[in-house]
Amino acid sequence: MKRFKKLLLFVVAAVLAATAVPGLAKTPPNMLVIANRIDDITTLDPAQSFEFAGSDLIRNVYGKLVNFDPKDLSKGYQPDLAESWTVSEDGKTITFKMRPGVKFHSGNPVTAADAVFSLQRAVKLNKTPSFILTQFGFSAENADKTIKMIDETTFSITTDKKYATSFVLNCLTSTIGGIVDMKTVMVHQKDGDLGNDWLKTHTAGSGAYSLISWKPNESYMLKANPDFYQGAPKMEKVVVRHILESATQRLLLEKGDIDIARNLNPQDIAAISSNSELAVDSDLRGRIMYISMNQKDPNLSRPKVIEALKYLIDYKGMQDSFLKGQYVIHQSFLPKTYLGAIDDKPYYFDVEKARTLLREAGVGDGFDARINVRDAQERIEISQSLQNTFAQAGIRLKIEVGTGKQTLAVYRAREHQIYLGAWGPDYPDPNTNAATFAYNPDNSDEARATGILAWRNAWPLPEMSRATKAAVQETDRDKRAAMYEAIQREHQKRSPFAVMFQQIEQTGRRANVKGLNLGAAITAVSYWPVTK
Amino acid sequence: MAALPKWIKGIGHTFFTVLITMVGLLFVTFVIGRVMPIDPVLSIVGESASRATYDAAYRELGLDKPLIIQFLLFLKDMVHGDFGESLLTARPVFQDLLRVFPATLELATMGTIFGVLLGVPLGVIAAVRRGRWADHVARVVALIGYSMPVFWIGLIGLLVFYGKLGWIGGPGRLDIFYVDTVPHVTGMILVDSLLAGDMDVFQNAISHIILPAGLLAYYSLAYISRMTRSFMLEQLDQEYITTARVKGLSESAVIWRHAFGNVKVPLITVIALSYAALLEGSVLTETIFAWPGIGSYITNALLSADMNAVLGGTVVVGLVFVCLNIFSDLLYQFFDPRAQ
Repeated sequence: MKRFKKLLLFVVAAVLAATAVPGLAKTPPNMLVIANRIDDITTLDPAQSFEFAGSDLIRNVYGKLVNFDPKDLSKGYQPDLAESWTVSEDGKTITFKMRPGVKFHSGNPVTAADAVFSLQRAVKLNKTPSFILTQFGFSAENADKTIKMIDETTFSITTDKKYATSFVLNCLTSTIGGIVDMKTVMVHQKDGDLGNDWLKTHTAGSGAYSLISWKPNESYMLKANPDFYQGAPKMEKVVVRHILESATQRLLLEKGDIDIARNLNPQDIAAISSNSELAVDSDLRGRIMYISMNQKDPNLSRPKVIEALKYLIDYKGMQDSFLKGQYVIHQSFLPKTYLGAIDDKPYYFDVEKARTLLREAGVGDGFDARINVRDAQERIEISQSLQNTFAQAGIRLKIEVGTGKQTLAVYRAREHQIYLGAWGPDYPDPNTNAATFAYNPDNSDEARATGILAWRNAWPLPEMSRATKAAVQETDRDKRAAMYEAIQREHQKRSPFAVMFQQIEQTGRRANVKGLNLGAAITAVSYWPVTK
Repeated sequence: MAALPKWIKGIGHTFFTVLITMVGLLFVTFVIGRVMPIDPVLSIVGESASRATYDAAYRELGLDKPLIIQFLLFLKDMVHGDFGESLLTARPVFQDLLRVFPATLELATMGTIFGVLLGVPLGVIAAVRRGRWADHVARVVALIGYSMPVFWIGLIGLLVFYGKLGWIGGPGRLDIFYVDTVPHVTGMILVDSLLAGDMDVFQNAISHIILPAGLLAYYSLAYISRMTRSFMLEQLDQEYITTARVKGLSESAVIWRHAFGNVKVPLITVIALSYAALLEGSVLTETIFAWPGIGSYITNALLSADMNAVLGGTVVVGLVFVCLNIFSDLLYQFFDPRAQ
């Protein structure tokens, strides 16, 4: 027993000794510490990255030809590494003049050759996001001719046909538009991969920050670029820690061990709202939630039935209950903050109106329908709400829950009746959503245009497709915005899509952290304006 | 031809068993990975990709080949030390495992040490004081350990000891100020900081590991203490114990030298199994404490159909089990000459 007592004393003493270590509370004034889910980062190469957390990192490390100003996103794209540009008379060639005196983190100057290399490289590598550039007619075969250097500070890009300049430039603000340091990258080229393998885990940019380390599913660390052309950032280091659990993020934020918590659930947001040392920001994101009706279905293809279903959705009820803090009501296919986005909300929950419309459509007794839903919590809850409200007008909705692969297979094969979906824009130009919600040049089964949502729902829309195509070529930015506004209003009325919500992101921060911009729906987070 | 020495035969037999076990384990994992309703292609190209992009990625991953060919190709690479590249981290799986496994090893080892140091004496006391309050306390402690959800108890622990009292470090392996300040040698921060002679980092690491390790220890304590109690009760009823007492030996000598001496061997199996279970990685503990271990690594990989990472992790976990099995066999022989 004596031996046991000694052992117990030793263990207690060891525990006390260890726990007596004082924790270093509060982050240093020159360091920004963020908790976020960063397990989606699979590469740091701007020509390949297509994930949210990756875009956050890349936006702060790489300069682009044109970029969004975090102080005022509504101004649209602004000159970044390109100081100015001119457009040829035929609207096909844009000539960029590079900003003088900007350097990469390596010390190499940023030249037109780097810009040409970066764009050609993104086209030739042909990774997932390459379609953002190749949609303008660039290909591995023609890239050397269509993207070419004129002199040390000037280069041009020539598209296959006339496109709206705002369309091309908006696309260049996306992650794939990051300008890489050609000399550094080519030193690490392996088997003609244009440095892709090396850039997956390293960076070669000219942005406000350079990468110190990236540990997948653990953290990444950035250090300020003292030579950043807009001025050295105030936060000398930025550390982003992968913290999965909301309660853990909240605890760290309350203790001051992190400055920003990006994945707090609504309960934790509510809990910290009354803490005077903390603040909560809401920011719009690009994802929209919708239901769509297959136009091959005899009931769902009746215009009055489509309209009735739009009145059978309890938008407000869902927004104020289980979607609180995650989604807000939004009823058009362009997310707010996009060029041409509208805020019209013509539909609301009205059972009587829906019943009248169903009677007028000749299905006053209701009908049976099936909705395909992916096995995600919020989507299942939305479908349950729809089941309840549809039933009030006699529509008996059967919920079919499946994995992402299963539901998508049904949707792509046009075998659904109603589909509950979420759509995130691919690049910060209105065409990204217009080209899928409001464009379907060939509605035949043989067309197999599975990437187009209008095709998946078998919705022929020749006039709207023409309008969408015309908007892509309108060179006047204001006129172009007006065209998208008109397309959306028509889409709201006629389309078999009921857009319901736009995602919002709520972020908890220490009250002394100022100047954080999360990028809204059109871009990623900017760390460089942050002060404490 | 002379017969091979017995020890060579023994090694050959062990090697063959390990080989068959590992290949079987890999094959089952591989097949399960392929029939799971998760699409590895979709996790790369995204929902909105065109058919052509999807098909290209499908071929690039080798999914167009027959299953058995895919498996044989995988085995061939693995024999050459190439576990492939993880889809999720864009790095060689081997490199990832070298990063995540030491984190789990450190945590599981600390957990097991605490679990054994507290669980074994608790089990012995419960057996010696059978039916008395000490036994009841031990039973309640074990019962709570079995029945409390790790998620809840972990969060409460964090809230009290980190959030309210400030006695320990928060989630993660180190405070942000100490990250990457000691050279990476073993990947276990406690060991690396001692090797570097940096006691500040060591103390900080202890303050971070104490709660998650204590939590894991509690769960292994519950199991170890109940098994120790049971083994001890069996021994205390034996005649040789009565003889020892009649001979006038002290109660302490009877319990620890005679009874406990015979409990050591079965206890080795219990401790080895408990240790192996912790080395698989506890996903929930790792999640709450932001501990980048092998449990979360394999789970994330599995959910994203990152099969290279899943199979690499399976090899490590399989090897851990096999090695601990062999190690406990060796310990048997050390403690019990009859097993030789």
